[in-house]
Amino acid sequence: MMPAAPQQPLPSTCITVNGQSHVLQVDGDTPLLTILRNHLYLKGTHYGCGSNQCGACFVLIDGFAVASCDTPIWAVAGKSVTTVEGLGTPEQPHRLQEAFLAGQAAQCGYCTSGILISAAALLSRNPHPAEADIHQALDRNLCRCGTHNRVVEAILRAAGQPAPRTP
Amino acid sequence: MNQGFALPAPAQPGQLPGNLRGNPHLGQWLRITPEGKVMVSPGKVEIGQGILTALAQIVAEELEVGLNQITMVAANTGFSPNESVTSGSLSVQDSGRALQQVCAEVRAIYLAKAATHLGEPVASLQICNGLISGPSGAQTSYWDLADDALLDTDATGRVPPKPNTVYRKVGTSARRLDLPDKIFGKTRFIHDMELPGMLHGRMLRPNAPGATLLSLDDAAALACNGVISVVRDGSLLAIVATGNDEAEHAAAKLSAGAVWSQPNESLPDEQDFASWLRSEPADTSVTASPPSPASSSRTIKAQYAKPFLAHASIAPSCALAVYDGAILKVWSHSQGIFNLRSDLALAFAMEPEKIIVQHVEGAGCYGHNPADDVAFDAAWLARHTPGRPVRVQWSRADELAWAPFGPAMAIDLEADLDAAGTITGWRHSIWSNGHTSRPGRGSSPALLGAWHLATPFERSPAINPPLAGGGGAERNAIPGYEFPNWQVTSHRILNMPLRTSALRSLGAMANIFAVETFIDDLARAANTDPVEWRLRYLHDERARAVIALALEKSGWPQQNLIEGKGAGFAYARYKNSGAYCAVVAEIDAAEQIYARRLTIAVDVGLAINPDGVRNQIEGGAIQATSWALKEAVRFDRTRVTSTDWESYPILRFSEVPKISVHIVPSDHPPLGAGECSIGPVVAAIGNAVFDALHIRIRQLPITAERIMSELAQQP
Repeated sequence: MMPAAPQQPLPSTCITVNGQSHVLQVDGDTPLLTILRNHLYLKGTHYGCGSNQCGACFVLIDGFAVASCDTPIWAVAGKSVTTVEGLGTPEQPHRLQEAFLAGQAAQCGYCTSGILISAAALLSRNPHPAEADIHQALDRNLCRCGTHNRVVEAILRAAGQPAPRTP
Repeated sequence: MNQGFALPAPAQPGQLPGNLRGNPHLGQWLRITPEGKVMVSPGKVEIGQGILTALAQIVAEELEVGLNQITMVAANTGFSPNESVTSGSLSVQDSGRALQQVCAEVRAIYLAKAATHLGEPVASLQICNGLISGPSGAQTSYWDLADDALLDTDATGRVPPKPNTVYRKVGTSARRLDLPDKIFGKTRFIHDMELPGMLHGRMLRPNAPGATLLSLDDAAALACNGVISVVRDGSLLAIVATGNDEAEHAAAKLSAGAVWSQPNESLPDEQDFASWLRSEPADTSVTASPPSPASSSRTIKAQYAKPFLAHASIAPSCALAVYDGAILKVWSHSQGIFNLRSDLALAFAMEPEKIIVQHVEGAGCYGHNPADDVAFDAAWLARHTPGRPVRVQWSRADELAWAPFGPAMAIDLEADLDAAGTITGWRHSIWSNGHTSRPGRGSSPALLGAWHLATPFERSPAINPPLAGGGGAERNAIPGYEFPNWQVTSHRILNMPLRTSALRSLGAMANIFAVETFIDDLARAANTDPVEWRLRYLHDERARAVIALALEKSGWPQQNLIEGKGAGFAYARYKNSGAYCAVVAEIDAAEQIYARRLTIAVDVGLAINPDGVRNQIEGGAIQATSWALKEAVRFDRTRVTSTDWESYPILRFSEVPKISVHIVPSDHPPLGAGECSIGPVVAAIGNAVFDALHIRIRQLPITAERIMSELAQQP
């Protein structure tokens, strides 16, 4: 982010995160990821590459999965942001989170929140995706531990579809 | 890596098993609290493989407590047993066996105390979820009797653990203890840690390996918002700022003001690294079978190659450190916190006791990644800002370009055949840098930053672990088949222009790829089915069982009637002493190669957590598919050019094969699961490509370009 000229007051930006409104006095070019992690202490959204290549930092912006690492805060003004913390809680889990737990669809878990976000965006516009739809929806999310098939099965399960293990 | 979830046979009475030998004090391994918790503190660390859950299952089994009554405490050099490095698929053997014995003894100690307390004989007492009850109905519990003094004693090795025939918790697919936090986005990773007054450091690496900092104009960087200082020692350079973004922004300014020398050494030709490997000075070692008389009528030869590979973890490495003028505390996702402490002590001329390294989970770890390097960076900066914690997170580009790589390898295979086509001699030659340069094992710190100081520490070339422990470059080069007259020659390249160290399965991947694809060619030359050919030289029943299972589950042999489709088989026993694995790969050859289905059969001994084993096998197979088809570190003659996910692509969701894992039920001792599928998957894909296209690709990765170039060379 560019440093603000010291004599100019920082602009105010209003964003809604997980249903809560925040008025932030920060440089408008500040990445949304920085705001989430360092200002709002929502650490579930992760830094991976800083250039929208890996999906670790995905959040929902008005229902779309977007990289928060290269989205400036000015671009989110007045919009609704949902992070993994906003999807669900251990007490009230999102059906995707339930399915990921049931299917143990993670290893290290670093990419998991971004994957959950992509999956949530998919299910909101396509409640009954085919496997190919899931592959397409998650193709911007990288996972290095190799949990892809568990993830796909968990999403099918969350969508209420049978998710048989490969015969 | 540390991914085998199975328990070995108990040690002899009086003998301490696993890592209990070096760390016999019971209280160092666990505590029982009056609040109803068993606090377990192994020296092994969670690197995404689920080891803490497997160890908790072992504790739950032996102590007769619930998993929800156990708290796994992350390792800390101040109080945890020194269990060295979490690597090599050894944690269940080393740590699991130790904890099993610790818990057997703790149970006996508490039962004796309970017997006195209840006035009932030990043999009559029962334990359930930590409650201890006698035949009269009188009850007490671990928690009622909790007393640290009871465990202030060394293990004796004279209390037998439970026989595995009565296991109720070990052998079940318990859910991972750490996954809820990760699925609900709770603060769990080192990247999420915040310490009061924390500053942020950003490293500015040389513009090429071997370049040194000639001059520096830091005025523009120092003028940036939030910048506290520019720290320099020789060619080691960093910005310290109040925030991570501020540090990153100022680092770009600092970069513009830094003038670097030309590197003192050029990098090899990326397109012809195999010739470079074969021409370099090397330390050569030969391992051979006893000679037996044989006459051969012909020799078949082939050459193979594997490029440098990156760890490519999804998170850049991160560490925090604080120095109060006397004690240096470091938070790290290192695989070996004690080894890291040793090298930090060397680098800063401190007594190891003045350094505390606390493990905090990072992203997935597949070998010696920059976790230790970034811990040095944070510690170095913390020593420049006493009293204020410093957090350092590497950039994505540095994470890809400055981490140690899995070494490139060139391999020659030669098979002598008699007139009947039987193998009479086998030679396997390898050219490669060493496969480990981990910290804590030498007289000079194996930490990147320490090599860039004004008075630099010497960088030692990577070595190969001893063959007895599985070897490095030679891992799985000694034939797993019953060949007479074999010889393995390993040329360890001494120059290391690209830094190399341990990456999942070390040399085994390339060796198994070479051997298993060569064997398919030998079988074809002999007009023999490739699986039958292997079985002639393989009489280990467990090997034959996994092969039979993989064939049965995959429906092998498939009739390949559809153009562009192929199936391939491969088998190996990891390290020749570890898990058995057989794979059938099915691929589509279209504009590129797509792995569509992998059928994998394994024998990993008794599995503590079968779903954990399955998860590790699947993960290894997907990483191996990515290595087989996509990955190679790119570089020009000056620097590494794989600096982001476009220049170092890995397998994506749309490219991932379907995988079925079939575990042979077993009561055999433990065999790690995380690495055994790697080599067979890569080789089976290679054989499937041949089946589809009748083209033998002997250099990884198997890309469309390589296939086209091979086609062009065919008559």
